[in-house]
This record gives sequence, structure tokens and C-alpha cells, in this order.
Amino acid sequence: MSMRGQRKSGVPAAAAGVVLFIFYACAIFAGFVAPYSYKLQDRTIPDEPPTAVHITVREDGRTRLVRPYVYRYVLTDVHSQTYREIRDKRYPVRFFSGGKLFSVPGAGIHLLGTDPLGRDYFSMLVYGGRISLFIGLIGAGISFAIGIVLGTLSGYFGGIVDTLIMRLTEVIMSLPTFYFLLTLAVIIPAGVSSSVTFMLIVAILSLIGWAGFARVIRGMVLSLRERDFVIASKAYGDSAYGIMRKQLIPNLMYYTIVSITLAVPGYIISESALSMLGLGIRAPDVSWGNMLSEATNIQALMSRPWMLASGVCIVVTILCLNVIGDYLRS
Amino acid sequence: MLLRFVGKRLLLMIPVMLGITFISFVIISLAPGNILTSLRMNPYISEATIRMMEQAYGLNRPLLERYWLWLWQVLHLNLGVSVYYHASVLGLILSRAANTLILSVSVILVSWLIALPVGIATGMKAGSRADAVVGGLSYTGISIPGFFIAFIMLLIVAQTGILPTGGTTSPLYNLLSPADKLYDRLIHLILPVTALAIPQTASYARLIRANVIETKKGEFVATLRARGLAGRRVVYVHILKNAINPFITLAGYDFASLLGGAALVETILNLQGLGTLLLKAVMSMDVFLIMGDILIGSGMLLIGNLVADIALLYVDPRIRSGL
Repeated sequence: MSMRGQRKSGVPAAAAGVVLFIFYACAIFAGFVAPYSYKLQDRTIPDEPPTAVHITVREDGRTRLVRPYVYRYVLTDVHSQTYREIRDKRYPVRFFSGGKLFSVPGAGIHLLGTDPLGRDYFSMLVYGGRISLFIGLIGAGISFAIGIVLGTLSGYFGGIVDTLIMRLTEVIMSLPTFYFLLTLAVIIPAGVSSSVTFMLIVAILSLIGWAGFARVIRGMVLSLRERDFVIASKAYGDSAYGIMRKQLIPNLMYYTIVSITLAVPGYIISESALSMLGLGIRAPDVSWGNMLSEATNIQALMSRPWMLASGVCIVVTILCLNVIGDYLRS
Repeated sequence: MLLRFVGKRLLLMIPVMLGITFISFVIISLAPGNILTSLRMNPYISEATIRMMEQAYGLNRPLLERYWLWLWQVLHLNLGVSVYYHASVLGLILSRAANTLILSVSVILVSWLIALPVGIATGMKAGSRADAVVGGLSYTGISIPGFFIAFIMLLIVAQTGILPTGGTTSPLYNLLSPADKLYDRLIHLILPVTALAIPQTASYARLIRANVIETKKGEFVATLRARGLAGRRVVYVHILKNAINPFITLAGYDFASLLGGAALVETILNLQGLGTLLLKAVMSMDVFLIMGDILIGSGMLLIGNLVADIALLYVDPRIRSGL
């Protein structure tokens, strides 16, 4: 909650903005940022630990700073999946070569190790951001679009329209949301393409999400419609549609932007939850949520705790969105 | 007065419940496949058996008729039989609902017990260093989803072994003495309650702080002080009472999100609750079990809201007079 009357420093918000910008840029240019494809499986390197990137060499007892390089990793015990760094040859990390941000010709670079199928975890994380980051944004956007239209109609016309819409929002708001989400998720057929699944999840989240927003918009429209400029517009003979589009909705825009920022985290969490439970985005497609589903296995989690990285990304994204939303609100 | 209010609210619950269950029923029948789909794949089950089961479960009838049949059953307090578990849905739900309820209520209690003093203290001393520290902590708290905390705690607990890593009870629970049973349940609760209570406490503490700040500025506080009422009394009786009202309603509504969050944490920590039950039901398309779960879930939610509203009536006389 903001301290009213006290101006908030914009520094945290700016920092949060930079972090979010980097996240979204990475997601959009995933093909460039990620060293591998998220679909690429290398069954010879299951569960490889994160590749250590070295920047120093020891020569004649002195430590010298050099260009980043890595060593080869070799699977020494297939059963316990133990790897060893072979320190015979240094493989330099190449930047901006071959259309990749960084790559290591001749050896592998797995900043966060690999999953049991030998997929590069860091690449999965970058590609997974595409789904998790955009599902939140699009989902919140759509539910607010529905909320604005229905909320404005409800507040402006009142009467039977208002009663119908408000009763509907009440039913939706008294749903046990998560239970309902789970039930809705079963409609998604197993075989459809990733973009269809994505759109279906967005649709499901928006279907539940618009209600609370519509109620707030209605309340705001109720007070706006008594204001002079709306009454003047009416006196000029503007149509109801014109008044709503030109007078009411522009006045709600600021609130909308703030609310979307503060609502996106909820959508990101819902998507991760569904995907984590195996009801949302399914393999081979990746999202930050379904990357966590493996972490429910305690043995796997203990031997490779870095697979919580996608969870950390979720937390950082939410924190940034909250900081920005809070700043905008004050 | 109160009776009429409660009666009205209970009556209003009927159409809402009908709406929720009907929508859910339609959705489930829209989904591809049903509980018999996997049985059909089984070469040891004959086509005749499948048809007999279809008949028995009424799966070959039209949608509306099926809904009506289900509703009729429910009105006779029979939630049907779970095909997946081969057990009565009501029995299954009752055995699980207690766990979820204990978890949710503990979370609400714990987060209130911590957030209330913290929120009041930081609200009264807004702008102090302690306030800034708590503010930063609670800010982080509201940004971390409970399921992530559950993962982190699971990691810590698994590495140190100080607490059980999941489950509702120990494997040998039934052999324990009553006192040990209670202890066993309590230590199994620590992990899920902490995971869910951290974000909850953070958000309550922030809201209470903001409300205390707002109330502090109110005219009545100045009046009370002008009349010479001691500082402490102003804080503990008057500011508090006014600052807390909104949260009683909030606690009722938070029950909904708590049920959802609990479902996730239940899955991660492998607890026997309503959430994990519903997940199993959804995965196996066990219609009656899904419907039963949704029915009980929404019922708990609506009653939670009602209880919160009644509590508000007791605290805030302004609302009572407007009844």
C-alpha cells in the first residue's frame, strides 16, 4: 500500500522496469539468446550439472584473467549420473557468432545443466518465458477488455442490463476459482498444437478474471456519468456508444493500466499452476510452470536444486510487476 | 433481524450453487472422453460390460437429463460413486475435506496472529526504520507464490531432515497414541502452513498498516485525543476497531484463494486434501467426484463469505442498522 501524500521514489520502479524489459526481450529473441533449441534432446547427457564458466587461468603460480572458457563434461557413472569436468582442453565461449548470443564450439555450455532428456535447461527457461510472460499480459488484457465493455454497459445503462451483468459477476466471483480452473482445463484436448493450448488457457483465465474488474469499472462509470462533461455530451445529442467510447472509457484508461500491471502476476501464477499440474502447457512445449512439475519429485529436486530457476524467474517477474504497479498507483 | 439476513443469504445461495454446478457439468461433458474411455482400451473388459456401465452411470443419456439425475441424487444427500476409487464420493470428500479445512483455518489463524500486531505496530510508527524493514519484507512476501515457498522449504527440509517432507501423517500413524497422533499431525502441518501463511501474512500486514494510517488521520481520533483520552486507549480500542472491519470480510473471501493455493501446495507436499482429490478426479474424468468436489468447494466458499459477513455485523453497528 502506498503512503498517501508522500511521493515515492521512482528508482525501484525504474530498476524493476529494466529487469522486466530484459526478461521480455530475452523471451522475444529467444532464438538468439538461448544457445540451443528447447526441443533439442541429447540423450547422451541426461541431468548434466550446470557448466562452470571459468574466467581465470593459473600459470606459473599466478592467476590471470582471460576470456571466458569452459571444459568438457564427461558422464563418468551412468547409473548415478555423475559427471566430471575434463580439464585437458579449454573451449572459449564465443559471443555473437553463428546467430547466437553465446556458444561453445566443440563442447557444450549448459548454464543451468540439462533435464533428464538432455535438454538444455537455460534454453528451456528462455523459451518458457515466451509463454509465461505473454500469457499473463494477454490474459490480463483480454479480461480487462471484457471487464471494461461489460462494466461500462452495466454502469451506464443500469436497470435490467446492470442486474444481469452484476448477478453474472457474482456467480463467477463465488466460484472456487482454482477448482473451476482445473475443471475447465480438462477441455483442452491432449493433441492440439501449442498455440491452440496457449489461446485456450488465455481464454479460460480471462473467462474467470473479468468479473472483479467489471464491478470496479461499473462503480467508476456510475460516478462518471453524473459528471458535467458526460451530461454535456448527452445534451449535444451524442449516442450512448459515442459517450461511452469518447467520454467514459478514456477516463478509465489510467486505472486500467495500473490494474493490468497488478493483475498480471495472478495470471502468471495460474498458468504456472496449471502447467505444473500437467493440465496447461504440455511437453515438448515449455513454460516456467511445466518446468517446475519435475521439481515435485524430492529426489530430483535435491540432486538438481537449480531446476527451481523457473520459479525464481516467476518470483522476480511478479516482484517487478508489483513494484511498477505500486509506483504507478501512488 | 440476523435470522432474516442469514435466511436471505442462504436462499440466494441456491441459484448460485445451481449455476455453478450446471456450468461445471456442461464443461465436463464438453471435455473429450469420459471415465469409461480408459476401460474401453482394456481388452479384458467386454463391450457388453462397458455398455452395462454406461447404462448404470447414465452416460448414454442426454446432458440435461444427466444433470437432473445428478441433482436429484444430491438432493437426497447422495453424491454418487467414484468410479476411480470405487467408493462413495461423499465419504471420500469428507475424509479429505477435514485435512484441507484444518490447513486453511490454520493458515488464516497464523497469518492473522502475526499480521495483526505487525500491521498495527508498523502503521502506528509509519516512516520509522522498523517500518521500512517490515515493509520491504512484506513486499517480497506478497510477490512469492505459496507453491514456490513450498518448493524452497521442501528443499531445506529434505536436506536437513528436521521435518517430514510431505504427507498428512506418518506411515505408522494408526499405531500411535492419541497424543502422538496430534503431534504427528502438527509437525506435518508446519510445512504447508508456513508456505501458505507467508504471502497471506504479508498481504494482511500491509493492508492493516495502510488502514491504521488512514484511520489515524480520521476526525474522531483527533476528537478523542482532544477530549483527553489516553494515547494507548485511542490506539487499542478506537483506531483498531475501525481499522479492522474490512479484513473480516476479506478473510471470508480469501478463503477462496486459499483453497486454490492449498490445492497446489497439497500436490507439491503430497497431502491428502480436497485439491489432490480433485486433481485425481479431473485426470481420470471421474464426473461425480469432480462434481462433488466443486459442490463442496463452492459450498465452503459461500459459507465462508456468509460467516465473514455475520462477523462484520457484530463488529460494525453501522452495517447492522442498514440491514
